[in-house]
Amino acid sequence: MLLFILKRLAQSVAVMLVVALIAFSLFRYVGDPIDSMVGQDTTLQQREQLRERLGLNDPFFVQYARFIGHAVQGDFGLSYRLRQPVDSLLAQRFPATFELSLVSAIMALVIGVPMGVYTALNRRGILSRGFMTLSLIGISLPTFLIGILLILLFGVILRWLPTFGRGDVVHIGWWTTGFLTASGLKSLIMPAITLAIFQMTLIVRLIRAEMLEVLRTDYVKFARARGLKARTINFRIALKNTLVPVMTIIGLQIGSIIAFAIITESVFQWPGMGLLFIQAIENVDIPVMAAYLMLIAFIFVVINLTVDILYFVVDPRLRVQR
Amino acid sequence: MSEVEAAAEAETIGWRSRLADSDLFYAFTHSPVAIGSAVVTAVILLAALFAPFVAPHDPFDLASIDLMNSLLPPAWMDGGSWAFPLGTDDQGRDVFSTILYGARISLLVGFLSVILAMVIGVVVGLVSGYAGGLVDSILMRVADVQLSFPAILIALLIDGVLRGIVPRDDYDQIAVYVLVLAIGSSFWVQYARTVRSSVMIERTKEYVQAGQVIGLPTTTILFRHIMPNVLGPVLVIATIQLALAIITEATLSFLGVGVPPTSPSLGTLIRIGNDYLFSGEWWITIFPGVALVVLVLAINLLGDWLRDALNPKLR
Repeated sequence: MLLFILKRLAQSVAVMLVVALIAFSLFRYVGDPIDSMVGQDTTLQQREQLRERLGLNDPFFVQYARFIGHAVQGDFGLSYRLRQPVDSLLAQRFPATFELSLVSAIMALVIGVPMGVYTALNRRGILSRGFMTLSLIGISLPTFLIGILLILLFGVILRWLPTFGRGDVVHIGWWTTGFLTASGLKSLIMPAITLAIFQMTLIVRLIRAEMLEVLRTDYVKFARARGLKARTINFRIALKNTLVPVMTIIGLQIGSIIAFAIITESVFQWPGMGLLFIQAIENVDIPVMAAYLMLIAFIFVVINLTVDILYFVVDPRLRVQR
Repeated sequence: MSEVEAAAEAETIGWRSRLADSDLFYAFTHSPVAIGSAVVTAVILLAALFAPFVAPHDPFDLASIDLMNSLLPPAWMDGGSWAFPLGTDDQGRDVFSTILYGARISLLVGFLSVILAMVIGVVVGLVSGYAGGLVDSILMRVADVQLSFPAILIALLIDGVLRGIVPRDDYDQIAVYVLVLAIGSSFWVQYARTVRSSVMIERTKEYVQAGQVIGLPTTTILFRHIMPNVLGPVLVIATIQLALAIITEATLSFLGVGVPPTSPSLGTLIRIGNDYLFSGEWWITIFPGVALVVLVLAINLLGDWLRDALNPKLR
């Protein structure tokens, strides 16, 4: 068990180092860092001095190590565009993205899992076919278009919900939350649905496929032959075994929620990290891009590690093998 | 008729009758969904391909655009005219025509990036499955890591990096190819994994051993003998990924990091139209959106059907 975790941990560190290398190369080789710091009238000599002082003439690995040293402390320098420290920019934006992702993840799971189970159990039912058709449409609808349609319907035509921003937020320490005000909650509805729909359709399809697979196995057939109640077979035996692989999927889903949050935030002008990242790409704001990349990679690595360990805890077969 | 022509004719007949006899063709003619979605896809494909002949206006010919015609509603609404069936945008361009031209770029990027992903993925899969050992584990680790990051994020990153390297004026020229590169190189993993697992099965078969024994070069064995046997599932993935690639392109263009507004794709059109949503000119954004969804849905249905048809276990 300990060896397994250590191995996974080593892998995670390796992945982070590679991502850091990419982020560092961005810094170093996309554009000249000096150019983005000084004005037009700086002489070549001054530039050279600055270059020396910042250590840009040092060997590659020395610079890379220094970059990692700073990154571990959360120091990514100043944003080229906003002239503010990148870490505080990200910290300001993080709560907005976190709350949005959390609400949509819960929404997608709470609706998606039962729908998936239902369609697997009643494969030929009318309702199941309806769900599957809906999910196919859901996959074919790009996230940003869902957002636009919602804005058109509830924002422009019906005027029920605000179409951009987070509404009023309450400050709790450095954290800002929209959960505590009416306008904050109202602003959350449309972005959360937009973000949840795509994830939900994926979850429905994956749970259905997984459950159908489990229902075909010998132990389910055996349980049926023993005359156990359908309820017991479906929920105590089949669903339990379905949920093991589903954990991995949910881990991956959290990752894609972060990615799709970029789109949702852009449609609704939601002041989160994704919006910051898109603006950074448009303006080639390398420090922000690099920091966002590192942060996302870190979140991914932590999620994957957690899922692997959970797997170990949940599935007894893995424990026996080692 | 010369012998060569006769042989060629016999070959086409053989090809045709083989198609007509195949299970796939039979399944196709007996599935209304498959026929319907194939027809829709074909119509959009042809309309986009022949956009200069089909479109009522040339939206990029500055001489034919009149600002007096800007922001006209669709023909069936008050103030609309049949000269512009789906209305006009802020610059007086016919929405219907811009959709046709836009679908052209969307499809171009979609096809090219799927081809790129397919080439990378199939080659990596073949090599990885055939070589095994260290090469295999390194390639598959890379695939694992890449798979755990969403494609759209990787595409955004590649786009962002190239934006930094290439000067701004040149960037618009190569934007389409950047998109193809970004989407293509973030989609290869699935092909690689599928092909790899099929190759690992094929590798042990007798025809491969025979090839090895008579001393064929490894590349010949891989590409001439193994590859044709593992391409079935690749076709299914390619169809489904075409839909995904088109969505990804539209998303990137919508986010403003895709193709430039001077040669808009469907995503760019939706982005442009989005600014007019609040002032009530919904048609500029909704019609390109509908076109996009219909296209993607048709391709998805086709892919779904193809997957079920090629995989008898699911029936």
